Amino acid sequence: MSDSASKPRPQFRNIGITDLMAYRLPMAGKVSILHRVSGALLFLCLPGLIALFAMSFSSEAGFNAMSTVVGFPLVKLILLVLIWGYLHHFCAGIRYLVLDMHIGVDKESAAKSASLVLGVSLALTVVFALKLFGVW
Amino acid sequence: MVPVEKIGPKRLVVGAHYGTSEFIIQRVTAMILAIYTLVFLVGILTMSGFNYVSWKNLFTFTCFFIPMGQILATLAMISLAWHAWIGVRDIWMDYVKPVGLRLFLLVLTVLWLVGSVVYFVHILWRN
Repeated sequence: MSDSASKPRPQFRNIGITDLMAYRLPMAGKVSILHRVSGALLFLCLPGLIALFAMSFSSEAGFNAMSTVVGFPLVKLILLVLIWGYLHHFCAGIRYLVLDMHIGVDKESAAKSASLVLGVSLALTVVFALKLFGVW
Repeated sequence: MVPVEKIGPKRLVVGAHYGTSEFIIQRVTAMILAIYTLVFLVGILTMSGFNYVSWKNLFTFTCFFIPMGQILATLAMISLAWHAWIGVRDIWMDYVKPVGLRLFLLVLTVLWLVGSVVYFVHILWRN
């Protein structure tokens, strides 16, 4: 107690890429960085997704060709990651819109809603995965 | 000479808009995309089997001869590109400090997004 006043608080500046793994973010922080990562991922894959859409939209034969391409397990896996990305970005985005209206900004509610966003988007991803891999 | 107002020991306020319009545009486009996503999902869930005709109909349905499917999809795509522009721009501004490299990435981002919109609109509206 006494030495906390005399010791200067540690400061972290210019965090290197190697330090990132060691930090334990709070729930809201995890949702935040995943919001950014999922957005970047969707941005990078946008032309690929439009190409798939172009295939499916062109003709009956193109639609069947798209179905074949999506049938490959690796493509399914990539699509599932993108589906997770979209769902996470969607749920986290709605959370931010609610926070913008000054609802749930205190520490406890923010942590709770962050966990909810992570949970709901993962649960929905599982539903899509079951559909995509033809389990149901 | 423009009068310069000093706030604190370091910051100069010089009358830029500090990203307020980007903040608002990002949220408005987010809401448009969220609504389109939900409408689209309802369309998927209520369509008669996943086949070419019903899939194409999601994007080409008309309402009193107005091509609503194409118009809504185009508006959603423009919203997406605008939303992504602000988000990706923020990523470069946060992590890339060298001015030349940042400018290069910003230009690349614009080309990537405008190219995507043109590609999508071309496919959607041809024939």
